[in-house]
Amino acid sequence: MSAGAGVVPLPYDAAMAGSLLGPEARAIALSAYRWMTLGRALDARMQGLQRQGRVGFYGAATGHEAVNVALGLATSPADWIVPGLREQLAALVRGHPLAAYAQHLFATDLDPARGRQMPCHPSARDVHYVSMSSVIGTQITHAVGIAAGLRARADPGVALGFFGDGATSANDFHAGLNFAAVYHLPVVFGCANNQWAISVPVERQTRSATLAAKGAAYGIPGERIDGTDFFRSYATLRDAIARARSGNGPTLIEFQVYRMTPHSSSDDPTRYQPRDWGARAASHDPVLRLEDWLRKNGQLDPELEGQIRIEAERQVREAVAEAESAPPPRPESLTEDVFVDSRPFVPERGE
Amino acid sequence: MTELTLVQAVNRGLRVALSSDPDVLILGEDVGVNGGVFRATEGLQKEFGPERVIDTPLSETGIIGTAIGMALYGLKPVAEIQFMDFIYPAFDQIVSELAKMRYRSGGQYPCHVVVRAPYGGGIRGGLYHSQSTEAYFAHTAGLKVVIPSNPADAKGLLLTAIHDEDPVIFLEPKRIYRSLTGEVADGDYRVPFGKANVVVEGTDVSLFAYGAMVPPTVEAAQALLSEGISAEVVDLRTLVPLDEKAILASVEKTGRAVVVHEAARFCGFGGELSAILAEKAFYSLKAPIARVTGYDTPFPYALENSYLPNPARIAHAARAAARTQ
Amino acid sequence: MAKAATSKTGSQGSADSFPEDRIVEIYRTEVLARVMDERCLTLQRQGRIGFYVPLAGQEAAQIGSGYALDPSDWIFPAYRELGLALVRGIRAKSLIDQFIGNSADLTKGRQMPNHYAFREQRFVSASSPIGTQITQAVGAAMAAKKRQDPIVTITFFGDGATSSNDFHAGLNFAGVFAAPTIFFCQNNGWAISLPREKQTLSPTLAGKADAYGLPGVVVDGNDVRAVYRAVREARARAIAGDGPTLIEAQVYRFGPHSTSDDPSRYRPEEAVRKAREHDPVLLLQSELIRNRILTKDSDSKIWEELKAEVARAIEAAENTPAVEPLSFFDDVFAQPTPTLEEQRASFDQLLREGVLRP
Ligand SMILES: Cc1ncc(C[n+]2csc(CCOP(=O)(O)OP(=O)(O)O)c2C)c(N)n1
Ligand SMILES: Cc1ncc(C[n+]2csc(CCOP(=O)(O)OP(=O)(O)O)c2C)c(N)n1
Ligand SMILES: [Mg+2]
Ligand SMILES: [Mg+2]
Repeated sequence: MSAGAGVVPLPYDAAMAGSLLGPEARAIALSAYRWMTLGRALDARMQGLQRQGRVGFYGAATGHEAVNVALGLATSPADWIVPGLREQLAALVRGHPLAAYAQHLFATDLDPARGRQMPCHPSARDVHYVSMSSVIGTQITHAVGIAAGLRARADPGVALGFFGDGATSANDFHAGLNFAAVYHLPVVFGCANNQWAISVPVERQTRSATLAAKGAAYGIPGERIDGTDFFRSYATLRDAIARARSGNGPTLIEFQVYRMTPHSSSDDPTRYQPRDWGARAASHDPVLRLEDWLRKNGQLDPELEGQIRIEAERQVREAVAEAESAPPPRPESLTEDVFVDSRPFVPERGE
Repeated sequence: MTELTLVQAVNRGLRVALSSDPDVLILGEDVGVNGGVFRATEGLQKEFGPERVIDTPLSETGIIGTAIGMALYGLKPVAEIQFMDFIYPAFDQIVSELAKMRYRSGGQYPCHVVVRAPYGGGIRGGLYHSQSTEAYFAHTAGLKVVIPSNPADAKGLLLTAIHDEDPVIFLEPKRIYRSLTGEVADGDYRVPFGKANVVVEGTDVSLFAYGAMVPPTVEAAQALLSEGISAEVVDLRTLVPLDEKAILASVEKTGRAVVVHEAARFCGFGGELSAILAEKAFYSLKAPIARVTGYDTPFPYALENSYLPNPARIAHAARAAARTQ
Repeated sequence: MAKAATSKTGSQGSADSFPEDRIVEIYRTEVLARVMDERCLTLQRQGRIGFYVPLAGQEAAQIGSGYALDPSDWIFPAYRELGLALVRGIRAKSLIDQFIGNSADLTKGRQMPNHYAFREQRFVSASSPIGTQITQAVGAAMAAKKRQDPIVTITFFGDGATSSNDFHAGLNFAGVFAAPTIFFCQNNGWAISLPREKQTLSPTLAGKADAYGLPGVVVDGNDVRAVYRAVREARARAIAGDGPTLIEAQVYRFGPHSTSDDPSRYRPEEAVRKAREHDPVLLLQSELIRNRILTKDSDSKIWEELKAEVARAIEAAENTPAVEPLSFFDDVFAQPTPTLEEQRASFDQLLREGVLRP
């Protein structure tokens, strides 16, 4: 296969989409669409601000919205999200305030993580959204440990460990899936296969036919689905979560999506992506797909669509404005939180 | 009080923690049915069950990553790495995740994890069953590093570690796991972190040591006494947090310092101690600070006794310091 | 990646023909391994060597694969691969020199027993950390392919090592780069005290190959011919440019994990007794006697000869002088750093002054 040939697209039948969910489809579709629109608006705005130098870095999740919103909606408050690089929208869907996330993006004094991390690395304990590092894959075993904790305490939650296609090559993927299976833990592994790990196309990441097939190496059922189809993403997650919750062990879901942006604001994909990638990705746009479905099902007209977009843009604008004018972290906080009793920073003599 | 070996004291400490706190659990390779390859977890799986004393597949990455997840959820895992030499598959989890989790989340996600590992040479273990690489961990902000030198401290420091809200790397001197015994209090008791122990009082030279190097250092001090040199031996007990006060007080008294560790010298913990003394006790020093350490070679099998500091080498350095006026 | 430029398969004929004409030699090698094993366990109990890792039960798996290789192929072993070392022509004396760590030990007394290295025989240095050799074998295979050398690399590891980081990375890289390498997993049922079924829920270990897009094969590791054939086929595939294979040889660890281990704590003797009914050495022995290739007498002679050979090797190794006291400063780098030179000099000084005794 030539570089960037990409995965074989899964068949998408616009007319059939949503039928998986029956009547529930109508009930959640519009709300899902609002969230997806918010995610899209946030990405657009932040990428613009990054180019203007108003924020240091940004990693968009454009193309991943259906998966992230499905993750937010299919999980219950007792569940835990252990994210990879691009699941921030799920935290918002689960109730983490956009205003707080914006404070994080601008690394202000009001950032719940106190400006310690690069943008797009939020921690939101309020919604069981675990702190992520930039190190690829390390969170996968954390999800397993959380699942062990849930079971040890006989709590009803499920741990959802997310990661990208590149992370399937990481140590923690191997250890995490193996441990989860051996201990039969309530965990769902979600691989957002956007077909690129920076410049490495997925067909150069591994020779395995699909990423879902890797589950078998650990005795875990694996399923590859179209992650641009909100309904299928939601139904698959819902079922896997139910399985885990009822004691039937882990599942690996491969969500096939298309990375519609550069890897991050530091990346130039024209150096490595085939020229037609953008067009191929655009034809698998999850927001357009859901929009199309809503229109066909009479839940969306151009007027409502405009309202939803304008509302999302307003929310983003306000959150950004608030965060941009917030003060930076207090200098003394530099040495706090290293240990539980770490003191604020006090300059030494002569410093 | 019971007379115990160091490894038995570790076992008792674990047992106290498991019985008193349902959130404590143990995971590692061969820790369950087999009771650990050094028997540190002997009998614990029988007593507390396989859900709390967990045999894992052969993956240190899995052991530490999973322990972190358990801690994020609120449990207090005690992970065993079979030998410190095999900690490196989990180095990423320890330095990238465990050490930084509290800080990077602004205090939202602390990591209540103890990582126990037997360390050090002297058991004919060659390159991969002998290393003493505490400096890697002491160098990583966010980790506490604890190294007991006797049974009573082993139990008391371990219980403090298990109840500490932050990650602790707990290194057990396997060379003296069974070679010495001591009186150990029954039940729960804690030896605080950051409090060094003056094992031998003296006035002429301060000898700083920790873990398996404490007994040969004490032996050197005894030998020196017969030559009329009064050496003080300070057992650091915890490298992070470090009891700077005790270290400075000793050197202010003696004016001379010898730092002992079995780890390689270059960038070893002795470098940090020497720097602290140079910065903060410079005007008390009457002689150059000396280091008695392992050499900057990988740990050799056949010649391990040449590699390891011993009473003769320690006394030699202390004598030279004491004779400098 | 382009396909390997060569597809020559060496000189040993078609991929699956077992060299029946060498069967007695193969048997002798198995017996030598068994004799070494028994003697070395005794030496360890007597304190004459510090440690030992027995291979009993794994002779056919090791020796069968050893014979299937070309002498130019590179071996990346773990610590249990004494049988392979013997196939490569390494003398008992050289092995015992390493177990003692004397001045004739090519690794200069640096490592624990069983962690030897024989560059001339393309037998790479073993370390203790589990699994690390797997990625190294892949790298060497990629290098051989780049140089268009018609060889393969083969790496040996246990069932426990399938959980290691390097297993995952190694098989994945080998798949992506179609490296001419063979992953030979000796599933002996145990990783110290952890039974195979608690290591992973994958029904077979060979099945893990699928996760990397590779063929995976299960063989009866007590059947020297089956092992030979599996390795020959994997080798032919690798040489033809079709990439790596994972072979799972199912065997049983008859002895303790090592001389530091007490298996009675975690497994019933009964399981071992049953496994010993399929003792690979005894299976081949009775076959050869049944087929009149050997008689009881000629067989006993083989055992006696080899026992005598090993006894002579032990004696010679024990009479070899100890390793030179300053030698542990050598080989840290090609050229020692000034710091190391200084440390060596100060150690030498301590010896001269009598502060330390060699
Ligand atoms: C251990 C590690 N190696 C390398 C990197 C640099 N890096 C950051 S993202 C990335 C690619 C990740 O790809 P994937 O897992 O597919 O996630 P995606 O970015 O596509 O969402 C790499 C190599 C890293 N962050 N961590
Ligand atoms: C990274 C690492 N962790 C732990 C150990 C301790 N250890 C030595 S051998 C072993 C079990 C290995 O089992 P397996 O891979 O099946 O090989 P076998 O010994 O059965 O040949 C363990 C856990 C080690 N050597 N390396
Ligand atoms: Mg990707
Ligand atoms: Mg094994």
